[in-house]
Formats: sequence, structure tokens, C-alpha cells
Amino acid sequence: MTTATATAGARPGGARPAPRLLRRLPLHLVIVLLMVVWLIPTIGLLVNSFRPPEALTQSGWWTAIFSPSQFTLDNYAHVLAQSDISAGFVNSLFISIPATVIPIMVAAFAAYAFAWMSFPGRDLLFIAVVGLLVVPLQSTFIPILQLFGPKGVNIAGSFLAVWLAHTGYGLPFAIFLLRNFMGELPREVFESAAIDGASPVTAFFRLALPMTVPAIAALAIFQFLFVWNDLLVALIYLGAQNPDNKPLTIVVSNLVSSLGGGWQYLAAAAFVTMAVPLAVFLGLQRYFVRGIVGGSVKG
Amino acid sequence: MDPRLVTAIIVVVGVPAVLVGYIWLTEQALRLLGQRLRPRLRPWLWLAPALAFLAVFLVYPTIGTFVRSLQNKAGTDFAGLDNYAWFFGNDSSLIALRNSLIWLVVLTAITVGIGLLVALFVDRVRYETVAKSVIFVPLAISMVAASVIWTFMYDYRTPPDPQVGTLNALLGTAGIAPVAWVQVSDFAFNTILLVIVMAWMWTGFAMVILSAALKGINPELLEAARVDGATEAQVFRRITLPLLAPTIAVVTTTMIITALKAFDIVYVMTSGNFDTQVVAFQMIRQLYDFGNPGRASAIAVILLLAIIPVMAINIRRFRAQEAIR
Repeated sequence: MTTATATAGARPGGARPAPRLLRRLPLHLVIVLLMVVWLIPTIGLLVNSFRPPEALTQSGWWTAIFSPSQFTLDNYAHVLAQSDISAGFVNSLFISIPATVIPIMVAAFAAYAFAWMSFPGRDLLFIAVVGLLVVPLQSTFIPILQLFGPKGVNIAGSFLAVWLAHTGYGLPFAIFLLRNFMGELPREVFESAAIDGASPVTAFFRLALPMTVPAIAALAIFQFLFVWNDLLVALIYLGAQNPDNKPLTIVVSNLVSSLGGGWQYLAAAAFVTMAVPLAVFLGLQRYFVRGIVGGSVKG
Repeated sequence: MDPRLVTAIIVVVGVPAVLVGYIWLTEQALRLLGQRLRPRLRPWLWLAPALAFLAVFLVYPTIGTFVRSLQNKAGTDFAGLDNYAWFFGNDSSLIALRNSLIWLVVLTAITVGIGLLVALFVDRVRYETVAKSVIFVPLAISMVAASVIWTFMYDYRTPPDPQVGTLNALLGTAGIAPVAWVQVSDFAFNTILLVIVMAWMWTGFAMVILSAALKGINPELLEAARVDGATEAQVFRRITLPLLAPTIAVVTTTMIITALKAFDIVYVMTSGNFDTQVVAFQMIRQLYDFGNPGRASAIAVILLLAIIPVMAINIRRFRAQEAIR
């Protein structure tokens, strides 16, 4: 980014600030327009999360902006007053962090093998792995539950069950993404490392992993997000067997009664639960910097 | 201290340590073998942990699904291809097939198109993180909350009741009569409206991955082209785009599969009414509402077969990548 700006400034005719701003105006307009379009529903949800349930069905959310007197913190108070909300929050962290770390590591080894080792049947095996992405999770629940149950390894209801399940379910995409990014690395890097006597283990940890940091960061964001927001897998492998281990998503879904009452809390709950994945997203942004890859090639 | 915290710490630190130890140990073990055997055995040792997980959690249940798809409703009798014949033989499924195709094309086009545009554009402005966050936020909102807000976007009240829905209020200010958005099934209009909800959520996904690929492009390469007098458009078309192409293909493949599997939005927003049903929705209905796992399994197998052409294209692409790197 900095180098690009510097050269743009140094180019003849590009040094004058006014035409440069004018030239970049469409760029800013497109970005701002997309931001506004994407924000409107989000703002609607945010505004509604501060309104009483009767108001939601009587007037549009934008009317509240002009009559702020109807704003209330009741929805948030109700959500945060749930007796198991803090336990749910802690449980969600317990579930999400290992369920993010484990599949990324397992996938990285497999992706490296798919990208840089040759063996018979590699391509076929690879598309079979990626093809598993399309398997509906719903069709795996019954056989896996039997496996996890008392007649099997008896871990249903424990965090271990969800960690393992999320690892299995997350692997096809993780391998697909990392194999793509590792496959993009230049061959010379690995060849010269091999000539210098580096083993594949060294090449993997010293070259392949550091050079795919932006992809790993992207993968970590999504794996964390999907696990954090997951209700289905948690309900099946944890919920029924062990209420003490229930994550935030199950606590939130209990806010809405089976008769459909209490759905006004969903908006407030959405913003409460969103905070952590958003923090992960922002925290990992620093790995989305140009030059990480180039730098490690030189080193 | 909470014993679960201890377990979690052991897992977060221990499992990666075990995995690193495993790879290191296999390498030591391989040294004992001959030069010829080593490269043959190594890939399988690196793949083993992943293949074990996949075998247990996805392959083994899928074999069961395949067998179940050939059985009757109760699972007591072999039913041949009856479940498949049923699926392709009823009008509701055919509409679902058409709608899934619309989901596949429209969802992939919007998410990959706008995701790529945003990734490229925000790379050149200072407020990159803010802009990316705005596009990313919808994915962090739960599917149910997203459906709630879009129900308010598309809401319709019979006049003269005041319109609470955002879109109809906008039409109202322009003096246009309100539209019953999700009920308009002409030209699959309502299906496209549902796809837009999903696209609003998933564009951030495409953007983040494409942005990661963009950051991986060596800046010296672009610089060299600029020094040689290439215009920005040429730099994009000749260097950036070809280097992004593999990642665009990965994101496109993933979005196609996501589109085929999507059912939640249909379930929450229209319950499949007004001709908005999709294939995955039909499967969930058979599984949970009609208690017919045989038919549900047949639909799951059909989805699995439907992506074979997409996967074939991916193979060709990876072979091409190998040839040039």
C-alpha cells in the first residue's frame, strides 16, 4: 500500500493533489455506496434492538430515529439477565477456540501433502475431500450420535464431542482453501530449501506456513465464526445430554419460546453474541497486510 | 479453577503440540526407511489425521445415507430407485430444482462479484478495515436474526394500514403502491429476494478470502510492471487477475456448494410457500416434517452427484496450476 502510494505520487502528472482526488472519487463513491446498502439492514436491526416489542409491529424502525423517546434498554436487560448467559458465553469460548485451532493444524498438514507431495490418486482423493463439503450435516447426526453415545465411545454431551465434530465438519473447506494458497507458492523456494538439506518438516514450518499467513487468518476468522454461531451441532452433541455445557447460541434460542413469543429479544441477542467474532475479525486484520509473503521469500 | 478451563488449555496447547510431535516423529521414522520408500509413504502420514476425521464424520455417515436412499420410508425394505423416481417425478421438486439453480447462479454471482470488487477497491483506501467490517458484519449475525431483519425489509401490510417494511415505505415516499414482496412468484422474483438475504450475509466471506489472496501478491511484481509503463488496467488484467484466478475459483466452488445447501432462509422467511422451495429445503422437510429419511437421503445423494461437474473443473484447474508454478 505505502509503496503504491509513493510511486503514484512520484509519477509525472500524478503529483498534483486535486486531480488525484477527483480521479479517485468514483472509487470512494462505489465503496461508500456499498457500505450504505450493506449497513441499512444492520442499522434496522440495531435500532429495533432498542425498541419495545409493540412498537416493532406498529411503525418502521426509521421512525424511531426521529422520536428517540421510544428507545429502551429492556431487550438488552432481558437478554443479559438470563441466568445462564455468562456460563453460555464461557462455554462458547471453550468450544470455539479448540474447534478453530485443531482443524486448521490438521488441514495444514493435509494441504501441504496435497500441494507439494506427489502420490498416486492424489487429485481424485483431493476432489473427494472437497466434495464432502456438500454432505448435509443433518444426514451425519444419527450415525455420529450412535458412535458418541453410551454404546460407542460415550463422549456425547462433552466438549470433546463438539471439538471433534467441528474438526471433521470444518476440514473439507479448510483443506480446500489452504491447498490453494500453498499450491500458489513458487516452486523455487521449496527446491532451494531441499538443496540446502531442509526436510519437508522444516520446509513446512519455516516456509509454507509463514507464507500462507493471510489465508490462515481468513480461515481462522471463518472457522471461529461458524463454530461460535453454530446451534445445530451444539444442540445435537451437547444440548440434550449436558445442559451445563450449553453455548451462547442455545441460551439465545431458549429466549424464543416454542410458541414464538420473545422473538423481539433476538435483535438484542444478535448484537451481544456478535461482539466476539467481530473482535476476532478485527484482531486478525493485521495479518491482511501486503508483503508478509514477499518478506518471507527473501528471508 | 473450572476443570473445563484446565481441559480447554490442555487442548489448545496440547493438541497442536501432539500434532507437531506426530509430524516430527514420522519424519524420524521415515529416516529409517530406504530412499525409495520414503517419498511414497510420507504423504499418507501427513494426510492420516485429516483422513481419519473425514472418514469418521463425513464418509461413514454418507455411506449410510446412500444405503438409506435405497430403502423405503420405515427403512424396513429395499425400495430400489423409488425415492429417486419420486423426487424427479413431482412438480414441487422440479420447481425446487429450478429455484436451486437460480440460487446457485445468483448467489455465486453477487457474492463473488461484489466480494472481488470490494476486496480490490478497499485495498486502495485508508478506511479499508472499516469498509471490510461493514461488509463482514452480516455474516456474524445469526441466520435467524438476519431473517428477522429481512422480514422487516420485505414486510407488506394491506393498505390502508401503514407500511412497516423498509422497501414498501421507500416506495410509499415515491408515491408507488406497496408490493407483497415475498409472495410475488412471477419470474421467481421472490426466490431472488431470498437469495439477496443470503448474498448480503455471504459477500463478506468472498471478500475476506479474496482480500487474503490479494495481500499475498508480491508488490514488487506490480511495481515492475508499472515501471515498465503498464497502465493500472493492464496491471490488473495481466497480473492481478491471473494471480487471483485460483482463489476466485475456490470461492466460486464454495459458494456454489453453499447455495445448494442453503435452506434456513427459505424455512424462516416463507416456509417454502409461494414457490420458493429449494432442493435442500425439500430434504429437510422430508427428514423432519414428513419423517421420510429414505427420500431425504435420496435428495442428499442427488446433491452430492450434482457437484461432480464442479469438482471436475477444479481438477483441471489444479493440474494447470501445477504445470506453471
